[in-house]
Amino acid sequence: MSSQENIILSIDDACISYGGKLAVRNVSLPIYEKKITAIIGPSGCGKSTLLRSLNRMNDFIHGCEQSGRISFRGEDLYDPGTDPVEVRLRIGMVFQRPNPFPKSIYRNVAWGPGINGLDGDLDDRVEKALRQAALWDEVKDRLQDSALTLSGGQQQRLCIARTLAMEPEIILMDEPCSALDPVSTARIEDLLFELKENYTIVIVTHNMQQAARVSQHTAFLENGVLVEYGDTDEVFTNPSNKRTEEYVTGRFG
Amino acid sequence: MKTRTPRYLENSLQAVFFMCAAISAVTTVAVIGILAVETWGFLQQISLVEFLFGTRWSPLLHPKSYGLLPLLAGTTLIVVGASLVALPVGLASAIFLSEYASERTRNILKPVLEVLAGIPTVVYGFFALTFVTPLLRIVLPDTHVFNAASAAIVVGIMVLPMVASLCDDAFRAVPDNLREGAYSLGATSFEVTTRIVVPAGLSGVFAAFVLAISRAIGETMAVTLAAGATPNLTMNPLESIQTMTAYIVQVSLGDTPAGTLTYQTLFAVASVLFLVTLCLNIAANMIMKRFQEVYE
Repeated sequence: MSSQENIILSIDDACISYGGKLAVRNVSLPIYEKKITAIIGPSGCGKSTLLRSLNRMNDFIHGCEQSGRISFRGEDLYDPGTDPVEVRLRIGMVFQRPNPFPKSIYRNVAWGPGINGLDGDLDDRVEKALRQAALWDEVKDRLQDSALTLSGGQQQRLCIARTLAMEPEIILMDEPCSALDPVSTARIEDLLFELKENYTIVIVTHNMQQAARVSQHTAFLENGVLVEYGDTDEVFTNPSNKRTEEYVTGRFG
Repeated sequence: MKTRTPRYLENSLQAVFFMCAAISAVTTVAVIGILAVETWGFLQQISLVEFLFGTRWSPLLHPKSYGLLPLLAGTTLIVVGASLVALPVGLASAIFLSEYASERTRNILKPVLEVLAGIPTVVYGFFALTFVTPLLRIVLPDTHVFNAASAAIVVGIMVLPMVASLCDDAFRAVPDNLREGAYSLGATSFEVTTRIVVPAGLSGVFAAFVLAISRAIGETMAVTLAAGATPNLTMNPLESIQTMTAYIVQVSLGDTPAGTLTYQTLFAVASVLFLVTLCLNIAANMIMKRFQEVYE
């Protein structure tokens, strides 16, 4: 198994603090290429903070400090010579609440490739991304409508399409279904299965069933500490740590 | 049961509050009424066409003439000049404040801007006359002692804080998750600002611009002091001009007997001023309303 699994992103001894308060403590974690890694844990355990550190989104948070090493294909993401814009070009992110731009559906998807001058026909790129996000059939006749006319679930798939249009190597998802109804959630989970053929996905989720359904690897965080990491089947059926067992069986959190 | 406030007191208090609220409404209606009556009287003697399209304004000196265009041109010069200063600089300040400034810088700059907005306008007029004009005359020796350019520049500085503050509010109303979405697509700060934040806050920016223009039109002291009192149908900012507001000051200070035609010109000019600013404020309000619906 390990022979066909490449580590694309490696987190080594990461500590992240906000204004002196430690949110993530000495976490080390591998992220495997073209797999889905789920990060689970109770609210406030630092899982979103950890996720946001993977494409330097914490740069925008005042007083956020980071130590340890996060390397992407061997390059240190936090090296002074690393351009954070370049990092985010290659590691995209989908947020907890759908955040489409107040522009047309088309412009939302074309925006990233447009500003970054990506090659190829923009129309094709938009169509491909919308198809991958399973949104094309619903919006193909109304591409010029405002993205804000879409339902919440459609908006979230649009945000996924927007990220896909950039063809990043890794997609980070921060509780992408937490603001959605069960039907929309199921559609996005289906989508994740298809996307893992081509993309590495790291998903933070509150929903343990979701983690169990979609991921191959699971990390369980509590109070900023990595309690357990392993194959999803192992973590859910035969956890080695007592806290993990209590969490995945729903006894707390 | 024991009531804390006797009913009669409750009722009379309510009446007092109503009166207070009514004062401003009644005043507005009264002002409009007086303007309308006196303007009507004026229009009985001077035709509307002559008033609005006449090219010579000389209600005080013979041969008398009542063409508003020179005053309108004067006001326009001030508004255009002030806009050239206030709109770009105000917009840029707002972008800096909301997108680039650290919390500390912001906490210093924002109050400074507000102090700038609180300086009495007569001080600005004095500043124009004694500082800006001499400076202009060094660069452009043709500049008259009283000139539109100097007044326009200080009116621009005067309305700048308002533009900056309103635009800043508009940009800060843009949800952070839009910025994060843009950054996560590999955008630079500049791209996020110019392509996401400014367009999303655009109606707020327009509303700020319209209000700024409206204020520049109504601005009185600085233009009275610095721009001169020469109704002059010109677009040359280096010449002396007279705005609608400055004309009103000039005649109000003189000893024009009530009921005369000259006296009525005051109201006619004031009506035009009132209508123009009213329309602009309504426009700004309509733009603001649209602006509130943008995100969800």
